[in-house]
Amino acid sequence: MPTQVIMPKLGESVVEGTVGRWLVGEGQPVKEYEPLLAVTTDKVDTEVPAPATGILLKIYVAEGQTVAAGALLAEIGEAGEQPSGGVDASGVHGGAAPAATPAAPAGRPSATPLAQRLAAEHGIDLADVPAAAPGGKVTREDVEAFLAATGSTDEDALQSDALRAYAPRAGAPRSLGFISPAVGRLAAEMGVDLAQVVGTGAGGRITKKDVLAYVATPAPRGEESLGRAPASDELPPWERPGSGDLFKPTEEMGREAPAPVQRSAGGPTRPAGLTLDSELAPMSAIRRSIARHMVDSKQTSPHVTTVMEADLMRVVQARERLKGEFERQGVRLTFTPFFVQAVVAGLKAVPEANSSFTEEGLLVHRRIHVGMAVAIAEGLIVPVIRDADERSLLGLSRVVNDLAERARAKQLAPDEVQGGTFTLTNHGTAGSLFAAPIINQPQAGILGVGAIQKRAVVLSKGHPLLPDAEDAIAIRPMAYLSFTFDHRILDGRSADAFLEAVVSYLEAYSPKAS
Amino acid sequence: MPVKTNIEALRETLAAEMRRDPTIVITGEDVGRRGGVFRATEGLYAEFGPSRVIDSPLSELSIAGVGIGLALNGIRPICEIQFADFIHPAFNQIVNEAAKMRYRSNATFTVPMLIRAPYGGGISGALYHSQSIEAFFCHVPGLYVLAPSTPYDTAGLLRTALRSPDPVLFLEHKKLYRSVKGEVPDGDFFVPVGLADVKAAGDDLTIISYGLMMHESLKAAEALTREDISVEVIDLRTLSPLDKDTILTSVKKTGKVLIVHEDNLTGGLGGEIAAIISEQAFEHLDGPVTRVAGPDVPAMPFSHPLQDFFMPDAEKIAAAARRLAAY
Repeated sequence: MPTQVIMPKLGESVVEGTVGRWLVGEGQPVKEYEPLLAVTTDKVDTEVPAPATGILLKIYVAEGQTVAAGALLAEIGEAGEQPSGGVDASGVHGGAAPAATPAAPAGRPSATPLAQRLAAEHGIDLADVPAAAPGGKVTREDVEAFLAATGSTDEDALQSDALRAYAPRAGAPRSLGFISPAVGRLAAEMGVDLAQVVGTGAGGRITKKDVLAYVATPAPRGEESLGRAPASDELPPWERPGSGDLFKPTEEMGREAPAPVQRSAGGPTRPAGLTLDSELAPMSAIRRSIARHMVDSKQTSPHVTTVMEADLMRVVQARERLKGEFERQGVRLTFTPFFVQAVVAGLKAVPEANSSFTEEGLLVHRRIHVGMAVAIAEGLIVPVIRDADERSLLGLSRVVNDLAERARAKQLAPDEVQGGTFTLTNHGTAGSLFAAPIINQPQAGILGVGAIQKRAVVLSKGHPLLPDAEDAIAIRPMAYLSFTFDHRILDGRSADAFLEAVVSYLEAYSPKAS
Repeated sequence: MPVKTNIEALRETLAAEMRRDPTIVITGEDVGRRGGVFRATEGLYAEFGPSRVIDSPLSELSIAGVGIGLALNGIRPICEIQFADFIHPAFNQIVNEAAKMRYRSNATFTVPMLIRAPYGGGISGALYHSQSIEAFFCHVPGLYVLAPSTPYDTAGLLRTALRSPDPVLFLEHKKLYRSVKGEVPDGDFFVPVGLADVKAAGDDLTIISYGLMMHESLKAAEALTREDISVEVIDLRTLSPLDKDTILTSVKKTGKVLIVHEDNLTGGLGGEIAAIISEQAFEHLDGPVTRVAGPDVPAMPFSHPLQDFFMPDAEKIAAAARRLAAY
């Protein structure tokens, strides 16, 4: 029996995931524990290892598709083995078939029978329907997406004749998982269609109790529902529409048969303005997530940015002095841990900077969890250094390096990018002198560190502003620190007090104090 | 109703039966003046004298052989094997002679002999004072194997066994001698041989057990009740012949079975029960027939932590039951 690849639950509050990329194609061999596919959630990207060694028999969920945790993604089995989770709803076995089909003549795109039928029923020219599949074959999903986008559909139409007539025959029944002898016998004796029964056993298996509970519940499988039930219930689990209740506790959502998450942005919809002069680049989940967070933040907080300059002579000296020692312990010492320490000093001086705004009052956090922005190929991610105030420079270095490495390798757990109380962004690494970063909600502020540059500065022991005989011009490693704060929480005075504390800490840096 | 321990129920029933039936004699190591190492025969020597309560040499082979000879000559012997661990020298007498006598003599001769054997571990008895030996003897047709776990069943089964025309191996779990109390009615009452007892009723899964493990299973069932898992606990009481009806009825109700014994896993009674269920209730199974048993190591270790590792207990049983319930 093939091994099922299931969408993992990637965190306590994460109930869905998007298939980013299949790292192995259908029909190709896979090895247990080796990366099989990349999954993105709104929190994190990660790779899902293969649960078994064998041949990737069938991929059920295409790249870019979002499904609930627990959904069947693919099946792995032996060469020549038939996938058990069923034929895809189009009635065409995946893999070999499209390759063997000669290219469709131009203007008459290749489409699955079900897609053709749906298109005919709705009077659509299939040439207008973009295909999501790599082979260019238009599937039922593509037609549905097209219909949804052009507004020419309604639920009933989709559920109606075409599907009812076609799906039960062409689409295999949904994968029911293992049917125990008791369940099989009960179903036969009581005339229960097991496809209608929600499984609560291990891996969603239908248990004897589930069948008995189903039989005992009079509920909605009267004559009226029988009329339209077959179409949707014959569909594989990942294709059935969600119950529509978005506010269910997550435990319950995990228990149910995986329901697809309805996404307005999902599927190949066509934005206005798409002409021959432009092309539509699909947005990754992380891009979408960044976009949403940034807009939300700007709409939530009145942003103000204040900038100070810091003389990093002592920090640079300390780093030069400690670098070797740290290296012997296997730790690369960067500037980031110093800035984390400075942030901690600032937050201790101005506790309101370590808070969140609520209508009921200011939520001042007792613990200091500093998020650090890490640029990755796909965008930006902010892993969190927990209890940053309780760590030594060495400890911070280890955590910073570890989080940054794993962020780039997409190996962060969702919980590691949550719960920050303040954020540090090191935009200077790319040469930026100063920036006005956007607050990572629901935090009170974000500190940007600009590029460290040697600059000529005036050192003075005389009059603070007027030229003086005691003045000297020195070359110092300088950096601009930009502090963006939520003006609902902090004002110029308190924000500058925070920034001043950060600067003082850095300028007076002494490793002993760390 | 009087409340008694297992050992009290045993001792008092022995005495009462000996008063009733003058042909009953007891023989074994230290059963006479000393009253047995577990005090099961305490007071019997004083009451019935040396001709009916006979101290034997330290030879289990001879204890069983003498018992068979007595039985063939109209006496009803009760042979005590001081620890079940010592029964192996008597194996040939019990298996080759006692168990086969009725069959080979075409019922001309029978061996109405009762062999009492304190068994089981968890009492720091280590290698030679902790063994479970039931699987060896349950394999032998012609022999009844009983393993009561409560004072009531001890008294009732003992009384029945002392009326058996054929040999009975009566297993007494040492840890239960004084750790369990229960009501025992006065007067003659009988627990039938070959009848299991549902000690707790439930719907979600069935635990089949006996002896000390039955009590651990009951504890586990109680804990699981608080987690909304309803467990049925069957006390086999008779290990051979097995009460298939009670087992199958429960399996048909719950669809999930956990078998628990202290005896080690391989070749243990659990395998036989699982086979019966699979053959006769396959279509009612809603989960794998599961076993919790002692590990397949040569003997009960003396070290306390290792003994704990060896012994199944309520916690281990509950964990397995939880997994099975969730299956």
